[in-house]
Amino acid sequence: MATRGASSATGVTEMASVPRKLAWRIGEVVETSPDTARTKSLLLQIPGWEGHRAGQHVDVRLTAEDGYQAQRSYSIASAPEDSRVELLVERLDDGEVSPYLTDELRAGDGLELRGPIGGWFAWEAREGGPLLLVAGGSGIAPLMAMIRHRQAAGNDTPIRLLFSSRSYEEVIFREELERLAAEDETLQITHTLTRSAPPGWKGYDRRIDEEMLEEVAFSPRERPLAFVCGPTPLVEAVATTLVGLGHEPARVKTERFGPTGG
Amino acid sequence: MDENRLDGNAAAGVLAEIFNFEITTARVACVRCGAAGEIGSQMAYVSEIGTVVRCATCDNALIRVARQDDGPQRYWLDLKGIEYLQFE
Repeated sequence: MATRGASSATGVTEMASVPRKLAWRIGEVVETSPDTARTKSLLLQIPGWEGHRAGQHVDVRLTAEDGYQAQRSYSIASAPEDSRVELLVERLDDGEVSPYLTDELRAGDGLELRGPIGGWFAWEAREGGPLLLVAGGSGIAPLMAMIRHRQAAGNDTPIRLLFSSRSYEEVIFREELERLAAEDETLQITHTLTRSAPPGWKGYDRRIDEEMLEEVAFSPRERPLAFVCGPTPLVEAVATTLVGLGHEPARVKTERFGPTGG
Repeated sequence: MDENRLDGNAAAGVLAEIFNFEITTARVACVRCGAAGEIGSQMAYVSEIGTVVRCATCDNALIRVARQDDGPQRYWLDLKGIEYLQFE
């Protein structure tokens, strides 16, 4: 047995010397926090977490007792400067994964995941801007990481966020966004409410269209870097419209959430 | 509109199991139409049976990857839609 133990230890050393492939590991849920009626934030402590860039995601994997596995991707909503990794989960009633994450998972539970993943839809404060962020619903998650990162880094890259939600109550991270914008005039936030608006609402109350993007976005001459995230139809409509308005395709980055996500 | 269409970024997880460099910012050129761009700006179709990265310009299959999880883990990787891959 002693010999086997020694040989296994050698194997571990050799493994460490080759480039690390993306490995599954267990993060600990340290806090869960309801955000809106349909979304919840999971705050995770991940041993050995080497940090992420704002905009990246993780893959989450659930394994049933019979061995069946289901895997989904979730964007990281926290800033790289935060020691805890925050995932924003929207509950989809017929989902395989999200109802477990929003309803069953408790502080102290482990969650199998791997990441950070995806260096393309990512932004670091030193890359500058200006930054045009367009979100639909839970598509705010990776863009929130960028806003929080800019704040934590003390960076003053101008940001304009256009955020489409179904109703005022369903605006994710609403209070934090209001607070950040109130203390920082270089962060400009515009909401549009597509299904219902509170009495006296003076903001937009329709789906994002060309006229709205022209009013809200930086002009193409300012060469903003655009990040668009949300349901596939919204993302494709916004990206196409931005390019039609004269924005460079290579500076319009998209992250489609797909039809469901699960 | 095909709502199962995702961004190349959505293929990043399975591709990171294979490549040990950041694949989503690597540039590919399509063997069919010649268009070149980052993997993250291409289209990805992800399903239980595998992942296909398609050219955002002409829809040609650039990368097809399937993984067998029963028994010894085994990958099938088809790169014949790619003219070249440029990475750091």
